[in-house]
Amino acid sequence: MKALVAIKRVVDYNVKIRVKADQSGVETANVKYSANPFDEIAVEEAVRLKEAGVVSEVVAVSVGPAAAQETLRTALAIGADRAILVQTDDEVQPLAVAKILKHLAEAETPDLVILGKQAIDDDSNQTGQMLAALLGWAQGTFASKVVVEGGKVLVTREIDGGLETVALTLPAVVTTDLRLNEPRYASLPNIMKAKKKPLTVVPVAETGVDVAPRLTTLKVEEPAKRSAGVKVADVAALVDKLKNEAKVI
Amino acid sequence: MSVLVLAEHDGRALKPATLNTATAAVRLGGPVNLLVVGQGVGAVAEAAAQIAGVAKVLVADDAAYAHPLAEVLAPLVVSLADGHAAILAPATTTGKNVLPRVAAVLDVQQISEITAVLSADTFVRPIYAGNALATVQSKDALKVITVRTTAFDAAPATGGAAEIVTVSAAAAPSAVSAFVGQELAVSERPDLTAARIVISGGRGMQSGDNFHLLEKVADKLGAAVGASRAAVDAGFVSNDLQVGQTGKIVAPELYIAVGISGAIQHLAGMKDSKVIVAINKDEEAPIFQVADYGLVGDLFVELPKLSAALPSP
Ligand SMILES: Cc1cc2nc3c(=O)[nH]c(=O)nc-3n(C[C@H](O)[C@H](O)[C@H](O)COP(=O)(O)OP(=O)(O)OC[C@H]3O[C@@H](n4cnc5c(N)ncnc54)[C@H](O)[C@@H]3O)c2cc1C
Ligand SMILES: Nc1ncnc2c1ncn2[C@@H]1O[C@H](COP(=O)(O)O)[C@@H](O)[C@H]1O
Repeated sequence: MKALVAIKRVVDYNVKIRVKADQSGVETANVKYSANPFDEIAVEEAVRLKEAGVVSEVVAVSVGPAAAQETLRTALAIGADRAILVQTDDEVQPLAVAKILKHLAEAETPDLVILGKQAIDDDSNQTGQMLAALLGWAQGTFASKVVVEGGKVLVTREIDGGLETVALTLPAVVTTDLRLNEPRYASLPNIMKAKKKPLTVVPVAETGVDVAPRLTTLKVEEPAKRSAGVKVADVAALVDKLKNEAKVI
Repeated sequence: MSVLVLAEHDGRALKPATLNTATAAVRLGGPVNLLVVGQGVGAVAEAAAQIAGVAKVLVADDAAYAHPLAEVLAPLVVSLADGHAAILAPATTTGKNVLPRVAAVLDVQQISEITAVLSADTFVRPIYAGNALATVQSKDALKVITVRTTAFDAAPATGGAAEIVTVSAAAAPSAVSAFVGQELAVSERPDLTAARIVISGGRGMQSGDNFHLLEKVADKLGAAVGASRAAVDAGFVSNDLQVGQTGKIVAPELYIAVGISGAIQHLAGMKDSKVIVAINKDEEAPIFQVADYGLVGDLFVELPKLSAALPSP
């Protein structure tokens, strides 16, 4: 069976982002980009399924600018077999990404599509669910365990109260949570090999999907800053402050 | 036009998140209809009808709804979309699972985790782990929205007298997905997202066993216990305790961070708390930059002192 993995190029999670002075967005010039951490987990999971003999081919896909080729190379270095970039310099919102992924899924006919649960830039947590809806497939979101057996995938999901397991008929969509696996570091030989793996670039127009944003960003602001308070000398001083100054206990 | 709110409940009682979402719905304008879906949810519907500001409670009671599977809930919500200007759900794991599926079928770009309603089509939502706040305007005729519950006060749970209407539960059991099982954490403590006081432990706790030091303080304060991702990943505590960008968002009156460095992903989940206390042995730890009261010290020394200094409840 084939697995399709969605991987987004995002500002690296270690970057302390800054809001632009004109409030039009966040500063993205000279900022480090990486693969969305949840998507690395998605690639790792697909590659593990391949190593276990469950999956025969792993295809990594991304929607974004030419620079997202680097992100796809990361996926290829982890062990994906080939990659597709749907290229555009415009902002593509989750609904449109889901439509593009649907288009690719119809062409590639994967049995499993694995996405991250959330892109750490827009924090939308939507695309996987939307893709499943558009395809009419089952969805296993926020996965911490994925087991493929007998035409089904058993997905253990991280939910507010604990864990839940669902059985999904394949083909299905899975979105990853942090505990699903720990992505490997790509070895140097694998990084070299990744350079030779096939990477197809498709202009977004070729997908026929209307990517015009439905949400207009009117402004982006910095949240109110919390100022550092005081250091207290000991537990007694702390309890006193909480009781008599903050009045919270 | 009305606003539809997907109620969150556990089959017996409404979850507090429903009340915060109702407040956001009222801000949108128009009558608020609350949808209660489940099996044997008569009591939940009765409670929902009491919420101040709710016009109608729509109840879909069917065995097919025994578990909130997105594949089953979404078609129901979609079938009720007509006549509504907006569909809202709390940004809980259930809301996040179901609502984008609704939005996609209706060809709507969902607006996730709003923290403010500026008008019927303009909202504020945090991006980049809450390091920026975006004001977004939706061009879709229908709005599909998840609500960050900490950003809205709870609607009064009583005082309303909504009409209860049964909606046809046209649900066929899902052909593509099935519920297999659940492992729910049982705790005597208050729910993390609704607690007045939260005390969280991080990697500095060193082990799950050491969390009892923190629990002693929690017991004295009637607090909920939370954790950083590092503490969850290390297996000290279960995943549902994770506070942060990709875990639970909390905003209690008092948040006590113990052995937590204060990574932006953690701050994203707690920096709107009213009062923040940090206990950390590293005086340079970033958590002190947001803490109202910082105690530099070894948690293994300070936690026992703290529980001793607090009166029994
Ligand atoms: C995609 C992504 C999503 C993430 N989501 C989340 C999230 O939702 N929530 C979250 O919390 N993190 C999240 N993280 C992880 C985050 O970046 C940090 O790694 C994590 O918060 C660190 O946890 P910590 O503070 O417990 O551990 P550390 O950073 O290791 O800090 C431990 C602290 O304990 C102190 N300490 C040690 N021993 C003692 C002692 N004896 N007494 C007192 N203090 C002591 C140390 O001084 C240190 O400050 C995410 C990361 C990524 C990449
Ligand atoms: N531009 C994109 N290219 C590839 N995958 C994406 C893109 N946007 C979102 N995704 C996938 O959808 C997941 C959830 O994203 P979001 O709904 O934006 O939070 C991500 O973790 C990715 O797996």
